Amino acid sequence: MKGLWTRCNQCRRILYKKDILDNYSVCPACNFHFRLTPKERLGFLYDQAQFEKLDENIHSDDPLKFEDTKKYSQRLREYREKTSNPDAVVNTVGTMEGIRVIISVMDFRFLGGSMGSVVGEKVTRALERALNEKLPIIIISCSGGARMQEGTLSLMQMMKTSSAIARLEEAQIPYISVLTDPTTGGVTASFAMLGDINIAEPNALIGFAGPRVIEQTIKQKLPKGFQRSEFLLQHGMLDDVVQRKHLRPYIIRAVRLFLNLPR
Amino acid sequence: MSEEKSFHELEKNIIQAKEEIEALRFSDDPEDQTKVSQLKEKITQEWKKIRPYLNPYHIVQMARHPQRPYTLDYISFLFHDFIELHGDRRSADDAAIVAGFAFYRKKSIALVGHQKGRRTRERLNRNFAQPNPEGYRKALRVMKLAEKFGVPLVTFIDTPGAYPGIRAEEKGQAEAIAYNIKEISRIKVPVVNVVIGEGGSGGALGIGVGDAILMLENSFYSVISPEGCAAILWKDQGAVSEAAENLKFLAKDLLDLGIIDEIIPEPPGGAHVDYEQTFANTEKVLNQTLQNLESLSPEKRLEKRYQKFRKIGVFTEK
Repeated sequence: MKGLWTRCNQCRRILYKKDILDNYSVCPACNFHFRLTPKERLGFLYDQAQFEKLDENIHSDDPLKFEDTKKYSQRLREYREKTSNPDAVVNTVGTMEGIRVIISVMDFRFLGGSMGSVVGEKVTRALERALNEKLPIIIISCSGGARMQEGTLSLMQMMKTSSAIARLEEAQIPYISVLTDPTTGGVTASFAMLGDINIAEPNALIGFAGPRVIEQTIKQKLPKGFQRSEFLLQHGMLDDVVQRKHLRPYIIRAVRLFLNLPR
Repeated sequence: MSEEKSFHELEKNIIQAKEEIEALRFSDDPEDQTKVSQLKEKITQEWKKIRPYLNPYHIVQMARHPQRPYTLDYISFLFHDFIELHGDRRSADDAAIVAGFAFYRKKSIALVGHQKGRRTRERLNRNFAQPNPEGYRKALRVMKLAEKFGVPLVTFIDTPGAYPGIRAEEKGQAEAIAYNIKEISRIKVPVVNVVIGEGGSGGALGIGVGDAILMLENSFYSVISPEGCAAILWKDQGAVSEAAENLKFLAKDLLDLGIIDEIIPEPPGGAHVDYEQTFANTEKVLNQTLQNLESLSPEKRLEKRYQKFRKIGVFTEK
C-alpha cells in the first residue's frame, strides 16, 4: 500500500492507511481482511514481534525444466526478488506469552502461495521440529494449492506433510491450522484441514476446487458466500471463524488448554 | 507423422487386427490359430512403427482409452470371491469408488479403486470416476477393516480427479482427502497402489499412496490435468500437448523422480489391446511387490513408508 490513503478492496471506501494498519490491516468500516505478508502477520502473533527464521536456505531447483509462457526458473527469480522470501512459506520459532511455538506462514505473493518441493519440505521440517522439540505448531495457510510447475513432485508433498502430522498426533503435540484467504486445492486437501483445531479468518475463500472450476463443471452460478469461512463453519469443517485481532489470544488460549497450562 | 493426429487415428490398424483376433478367439481350427499369431505379429509391427511418434498427450489418450481395463476388470481377473462393500456409514455410497475384500493366491486381500463406466448410463452412475467425499470415506472404512484383519491392501487408481461440485465442497472434499492420506501413512498392513489409467491429482492421491506405487506403462499421475494446466498457465486450451510435455507425469518420468517404484509393462498397442497380457504383467509385479512388503515387520514398513515420501522433492540447500 503506497501513499497515505488507500481504497478498501471490498467496500471501496477511501481510508486513511494508518487506520487500516493500526487495525491489523482490517478495514475499520467493513471488516475486510487485507492479505498480509508473512512479516506483517508474524509481527502481531509473537511476543514483542520477535522471532527467529528457520530453514531459510532451501531453494527450488526447477526439477522439470518447466516452461509455459515463461520459464519457471525465471518466475522463481522474479518472485524471490519481489517478496524477499526464498519460496512461498516462512518457518519461524518464537514465544507467545512466553510459550515457545513454531509458526509456519505462507506467502500468497509467491506464485499464489503454491506448494512445490520447497514448501512441502519446509512445512515438513517445521512439523518435525515441533515433534523433536515438543513445541506446539501453528501453520497459517494461504495458497492456491499444489504448484503445477513441479508436477507430481508437488502432489506428493501432500502426503509428505500429512504423514508428519500423523506423527505429531501420536506424540500429543498441538497443531493449530489457520486458514486465510484464499486456501484451496492441495494445501486444503492436506495439512490445512488436519489441525487439532482448524480456524479461519472471516470471509476467507476455502475449498478443494476453485469456484471457477466448479461453475464450469456444474454450469450454474454459485450461491453467495459459498466456500467462505462462515460457510465452512456452518458445514462442520472449521472450529471457528476468528477476527484477525483475536487471532493471537485465541491461539494462546487453545495452546494453554491443550497443554494444560493455565495462566 | 504429425502431432495433430489423435491416438485413436494412429491406432486404427491395431484395433482392426485386434477385432479380427477377437472374432477368431473361440475357433479350434488350426488355420485360424495361425491367423491369430499372424495378427498378433501385425500388431507388434504396427506398434513398433507408432511408438516412437507418441508424445505425452498421446499417452494421456491411451490412459483414458474407453476400452482400457478398469478396476473391476482387474478385480474379476486377478482375484476371486470378491465382495463389494458399500457406503461410508455417514451419508451415502459413492459408485465412483469400489471397495471390498477378495482372495488372492489363497489369501485374503482388501481392494479399493476408482471405477469408470463403459456405457453412458454407467458412466453417469459412476460420475466418470470422480469421487465425492463419501467415496474417500468408504475407501478409508475398508482400509481400516484391512488393518483390523491384518490383510494387505491394493488400490487401483483411475480418476480424472475428485468431483468439483457444490455438495462435494459442503461435505468436505478437501478434508476427506487430507484425512485419508494422513491415515494411510500409518495403516499397519502393506499398501500397494496401482495406477491403471488416469492419476488425477488429489482425487487420485486420496487412495493413491502407500508402500509402493506401481504404474502401468501408459498411465499418468499428475498434479493437474493437461487441459487444466493449459488453461491456467498458457491461458490456451490449444496448449494441451505442451502442458502434457512439461508436466512430466508419465510412468518413466515418475520412476526417474523417485516417486513411483515400478512400471508394469503393457502389451503392444496398449492395455486395451490385450487384457490377458495386461493382467498377467500386473499380477507378476503385484505379487512380487506384496511378497517383499509382507516380509517386513509392520514397524519397519511404516518407517519405510514415511521415508519414501519424506524423500520426495527436489531442491538445493546452501
